[in-house]
Amino acid sequence: MAVTASRIASAPALDVERVRRDFPILERSVNGRPLVYLDSAASAQRPLPVLRAVEYYETHTHANVHRGVHALSQAATEAYEGARERVRRFINAQSTREIIFVRGTTEGINLVAQAYARPRLGPGDEILITGLEHHANIVPWQMVRDQTGCTLKVAPINRRGEVELDRFLSLLSPRTRVVAIAHVSNALGTILPVKRMIDAAHAHGAVVLVDGAQAIPHSSVDVRALGCDFYAFSGHKLYGPTGIGVLYGREELLATMPPWQGGGDMIRTVSFEETTYNELPWKFEAGTPNISGVVGLAAAMDYVESLGLEAIAAHEQRLLEHATRELERIPGIEIIGTAPHKAAVLSFTMQGVHPHDLGTILDAEGVAVRTGHHCAMPVMTFFDIPATARASFGCYSTEAEVASLAAALRKAREVFT
Amino acid sequence: MDLKELYRDVILDHNKRPRNFGRIEPCDTHAEGHNPLCGDRLTVWLRLKDDRIEDVRFEGKGCAISTASASLMTEAVKGKDIPAVQSLYGRIHSLLTQQDAVPDASLGKLAALSGVREFPARVKCASLCWHTLNAALERSAAPVSTE
Ligand SMILES: Cc1ncc(COP(=O)(O)O)c(C=O)c1O
Repeated sequence: MAVTASRIASAPALDVERVRRDFPILERSVNGRPLVYLDSAASAQRPLPVLRAVEYYETHTHANVHRGVHALSQAATEAYEGARERVRRFINAQSTREIIFVRGTTEGINLVAQAYARPRLGPGDEILITGLEHHANIVPWQMVRDQTGCTLKVAPINRRGEVELDRFLSLLSPRTRVVAIAHVSNALGTILPVKRMIDAAHAHGAVVLVDGAQAIPHSSVDVRALGCDFYAFSGHKLYGPTGIGVLYGREELLATMPPWQGGGDMIRTVSFEETTYNELPWKFEAGTPNISGVVGLAAAMDYVESLGLEAIAAHEQRLLEHATRELERIPGIEIIGTAPHKAAVLSFTMQGVHPHDLGTILDAEGVAVRTGHHCAMPVMTFFDIPATARASFGCYSTEAEVASLAAALRKAREVFT
Repeated sequence: MDLKELYRDVILDHNKRPRNFGRIEPCDTHAEGHNPLCGDRLTVWLRLKDDRIEDVRFEGKGCAISTASASLMTEAVKGKDIPAVQSLYGRIHSLLTQQDAVPDASLGKLAALSGVREFPARVKCASLCWHTLNAALERSAAPVSTE
């Protein structure tokens, strides 16, 4: 998904002013200033088509799914299962049986950890992750390690914030059973060479999960082209609702996995002696799902495809390059994460000003950035910093907003000198 | 929202040149505080005589508010006995969290922290050192303390 110069040149331009009109929240002010929302990597805003799809569902369609012959229940079920097909097309999965609705990336990864890894792994087996991972792709594997006695290995990163590929490759062995890697780092923006990593892991017989939370809004993802076994992402980073996400899993693997939660919807028959489980994908969807979230997610996928993922990626890439140049001109700024292939995320520190103070000063100027460890404490430890400030961009971000960010940063320097 | 209320000169000064910064070795008690949200970490070291704080120092990495608050705290509690420190702790807590709290004269320079309450996200930064001091004192009071 590296955005090359030729792709930037050939992608149709995004009409950002028109895009912004789709996002009502961008009209509001914060602390008396126009909102400059540079925190899309934490959660993106929702466009009107998503809000309207959810509203329409709530006002016209809502009932429980898969359990009624009445009109609304059928309509809700159609909306829900129709969205599953929408997701399948979005990531080019083979079948809707491979699309499991979950709460988000976190739940998707935990599902794989508990239903795939836990029953299979034991002492002597290894799970391999990287030094760039979000806590959501670390902690579930530590839990499996503690439950099974397997070993958790970590491929280190370098000063640019890239995974050291040689080290990653040398850590693979026949003992490696599961490889879990981010597609894009949320803390630094680094794009990982996942295709190469997946192929190498498969050569050793390992199963690969890709944490796609930060990749899905910035590139078109084709799970079959990638060849990954599992791919997890969240709706709210893709201009969709919170509380909904997707776990893609290759059918062959999902079929052999036990359910991980029990309840309604995931069963076929229940008696007190025995229960037979539903087929895929419902086997992994116990209980009443987040139906309006699913509807909103499908609308978000329609929306980003109507803009064009290539156009979005090209726009964000231009903005990232522009912002990098602007921030480098500000004395005391150090950009953390300088890999040549990055997506829409700019992490930085300012000498003499703690990121937390930066966050407050920027907020007073209406500029929303994230400050902290970004749920990636090991990355902070690697760079020996307590935290960074992180600006992240979306389809609605503009050069004028980068200028507001730069102005607010200069102001922060003034306050502290 | 007025940044000048938050980043008063006293705060900026104590951030830049924190007082009583460092360790006390050997100490009578110490405790470590951590605010995982922003990564602030600090350790408070104490030397006690009876129930009086003879010496206090702190060490750590944090934002301007947490560093300045810790620096101001060490100045305020040095030489005080524990009941007086506890009463101060209560008054600081009100100052940081109650909208209508008026800093009384006895707070001295600590009154500079009153701007923090306009910034709810930052209250934890200012109170971290006080919680840590409290933990250190509690530890010293615990009968099985190995300190
Ligand atoms: C790389 C990465 N993985 C996982 C997550 C967790 O996503 P969620 O909180 O939506 O489950 C995030 C979100 O911050 C992320 O950026």
